[in-house]
Amino acid sequence: MNFDPRYANRNFASVGTRPIRPDGIDKVTGRARYGADFNMAGQLVGRVLRSPHAHARIRSIDISKAEALPGVKAVVTAKDLPDLTNGDAAMYDILDNSMARAKALYDGHAVAAIAAIDARTARQALKLIEVDYEVLPHVTDVDEAMRHHAPLINDTVFTEGLEEKPVKPSNITKRSQFGHGDVHAGFAQADFIVERSFKTEQTHQGYIEPHACVANVNLDGTAELWVCTQGHFVYRQHCAQLLGLEASKLRVTSSEIGGGFGGKTHVWAEPVALALSRKAGRPVKLVMTRDEVFRASGPTSATSIDVRIGARKDGTITAAEATLRYSSGPYAGSWAEIGAMTAFACYRLDNVKTVGYEVLVNRPKTAAYRAPSAPMAAFAVESAVDELAKEIGIDPVDFRIRNAAQEGTRSSYGPVYGPIGIGPTLEAVKNHPHMKAPLKKNQGRGMACGFWFNFGGQTCVDLNIGMDGSVSLAVGTVDVGGSRASLSLVAAEELGIDYSQLKAIVADTSSLGYNDMTDGSRGTFSSSMATISAARNAIKILRDRAAQMWDIPVDDVVWEQGHAVAKGDNYGNLGKLSLRDIAAKSGTTGGPIAGHSELVADGAGVSFATHICDVEVDPETGATRVIRYTVVQDAGKAVHPTYVEGQYQGGAAQGIGWALNEEYIYGKDGRLQNAGFLDYRIPVCSDLPMIDTQILEIPNPNHPYGVRGVGETSIVPPLAAIANAVSNAAGVRMTHIPMSPPRILAAIEAERG
Amino acid sequence: MAGIAVSTTINGDSVEYLCQPDEPLLDVLRDRLGLTGAKEGCGTGDCGACSVILDDRLVCSCLVLGAEAQGRRIETVEGMAHGETLHPLQQKFLEHAALQCGICTPGFLIAAKDLLAKNPDPSEEEIRFGLAGNLCRCTGYDKIVRAVQDAAHVMKQA
Repeated sequence: MNFDPRYANRNFASVGTRPIRPDGIDKVTGRARYGADFNMAGQLVGRVLRSPHAHARIRSIDISKAEALPGVKAVVTAKDLPDLTNGDAAMYDILDNSMARAKALYDGHAVAAIAAIDARTARQALKLIEVDYEVLPHVTDVDEAMRHHAPLINDTVFTEGLEEKPVKPSNITKRSQFGHGDVHAGFAQADFIVERSFKTEQTHQGYIEPHACVANVNLDGTAELWVCTQGHFVYRQHCAQLLGLEASKLRVTSSEIGGGFGGKTHVWAEPVALALSRKAGRPVKLVMTRDEVFRASGPTSATSIDVRIGARKDGTITAAEATLRYSSGPYAGSWAEIGAMTAFACYRLDNVKTVGYEVLVNRPKTAAYRAPSAPMAAFAVESAVDELAKEIGIDPVDFRIRNAAQEGTRSSYGPVYGPIGIGPTLEAVKNHPHMKAPLKKNQGRGMACGFWFNFGGQTCVDLNIGMDGSVSLAVGTVDVGGSRASLSLVAAEELGIDYSQLKAIVADTSSLGYNDMTDGSRGTFSSSMATISAARNAIKILRDRAAQMWDIPVDDVVWEQGHAVAKGDNYGNLGKLSLRDIAAKSGTTGGPIAGHSELVADGAGVSFATHICDVEVDPETGATRVIRYTVVQDAGKAVHPTYVEGQYQGGAAQGIGWALNEEYIYGKDGRLQNAGFLDYRIPVCSDLPMIDTQILEIPNPNHPYGVRGVGETSIVPPLAAIANAVSNAAGVRMTHIPMSPPRILAAIEAERG
Repeated sequence: MAGIAVSTTINGDSVEYLCQPDEPLLDVLRDRLGLTGAKEGCGTGDCGACSVILDDRLVCSCLVLGAEAQGRRIETVEGMAHGETLHPLQQKFLEHAALQCGICTPGFLIAAKDLLAKNPDPSEEEIRFGLAGNLCRCTGYDKIVRAVQDAAHVMKQA
């Protein structure tokens, strides 16, 4: 039976219910094991020495004194991680980022590491490493870095994507362009044009669990890595390549993960931990401090964006254009490209053009952060859309409904949409009681839309039926927020059994085929597709075994509600065989019963959301409070609605923090000044209201149950929704995120004159 | 450096250990006693993931020295359930899906237990301010607040 991923409308028994997650008990009793909760016999403590300079040539590193300290078992530098990347530029960047080679490229860049018998000895040893730096000019601002005289971060970089190959190196690694139609002609038809420039500051995913791993390299060339990661198979590939190991001999086990949001999608210190273990001949545990997480993991881009949108008096957008500049840290990225693709994805546009520039700066290597690059683009575009609606004199929701993309619309980044949810989310917002609730003095309401692509990718699942009829489901997508519950529901649905009869686990890299990491909102989308396929393969075997037990042709056996049923006029007295009945006899009917699936989960349906936000702005201090918040988002089909709501609420909360408060603050010396949760303040419980959610279900035609990814889109609209609310509350158009009290106060005072 | 001998009570059991003078209680719990329920999210008292109750007072165990536990009573998340019975807060956190990744959960449970011990009938605002020392990055706090409200309701009836 070939797996058919097309949507088939059906009545669900398990999917859509809200059972307790299978990993829940461990997590409320303190027994769940996260990255730092695992230990091995004889394990050493690993610590990393980091550059205090934003940009410096490393003349020499003297490790002799550190090596001589009693209790130090290994000291490694870049020399212990030779370049095995074979011209793979992206892997070379990961190698260089995990341990600086010729130059330290940002404050926090690793330059050496130590394994010692305890933390105290390791800390002492770090102070004994002598690094001779030649400090170089640095640049940390995205606009500054694009200027002609800016310090060059990498003099071998020549901008890609230009019509003529440039003759001079530059901090701009790439230019990309998207769109269709003729924006020049489109703007000529416009009665109103809004043109604005925006900036957003760099933020961190802010997962509460610092990066942590235990590495163990054996003398026979095999190795193990226990690590908190969003993708243990990806970590295995990275580490195996960088250490010169065979992938199959490096077994990576993903621990429970204490948040990732994109920040745990590629390796940071893990190759260093393996190098330390190899050199010391003992297991090494390496846990980042919070300071290291801020300085040396992967925050999102800082951006600078220009937007221009034109519309006719009747409210039809005639042209839209944006130039987007995204910082990528000191290594090449494709963050502006993604921003340029998402910027106008909510709209049906005849004339649209977006240009993205990837910009090197002396900041940590940019990593994905939940719908990476989309929130900043949406902030700029949705702010301008609101302003344009105001100029035309049309309601901002109606203006968006009029111009919303539909099924059949050619998106601004190229593909033609199938059934999509932007229109329905806008209609739901228009009719939502929140939109009609009265506001008080100094309060304002804003709304905004958001888009995210979603991703499918390589996926592998094993479903094993025990002789007692209980079912174990082994998946390879790391569970970042409840996916073991949703995948158990899907398996229960397909097999026709009760949720309690199943147990789902995340298998290690030696126990299951390759899986892409949990990113792009793919965990439940792709692994549910593979789970359905695996369950159908198991059902095929179950039918066959039932046919043997009854001694009838397998074609006469169907699977209904968890039972084999004989179909035909002659089988009236055969009754039914449950999954348990068949499993109990499996030893004599052909052995273990299992279903496997390996697939590329194509067809992740695109995702849209519309958010409503009320704020109150204190005109004396500029302090802003979110007083009411509503998320409306299309889930395709909500497998476990409670965890879908959780994704909506969590993304909104992160967006609120980004909009109002969070930012990386660099001093003139190029050092990060707020590398801790006290000064990089993420929203706390008393900062937020309840976050209402409304789940819409516009089925994804490419998934058997209609499922779409739900994890990321919720962080896309908040920046703009809050900026629009602030504009309506305080009468000022905020163009710089975060809208911290000093920035709002300055804008209010400028408005007053 | 010689260790300091400490006798203390953890979750009702007498415990003795040696620790260094500069060793945080969190490290003692996790690395010497194997009680890894308390987590280190920051090491500077800003995230609350390492929350424990020390003589009826909620503290960040990363800011308390192991030596300070001498003669005192410590409650950790490992002591919340009794036998097979979960504490109402644990049960309600599960039912309301008040956790996604779960790394902050032990700290929230301990902080909420302390809050309800002092204020059995908190308003939403009192819960929000009572738990403001604990960071959660996944949930937006909505389901956590609801779980605590529900647990308070159940505990009042018990």
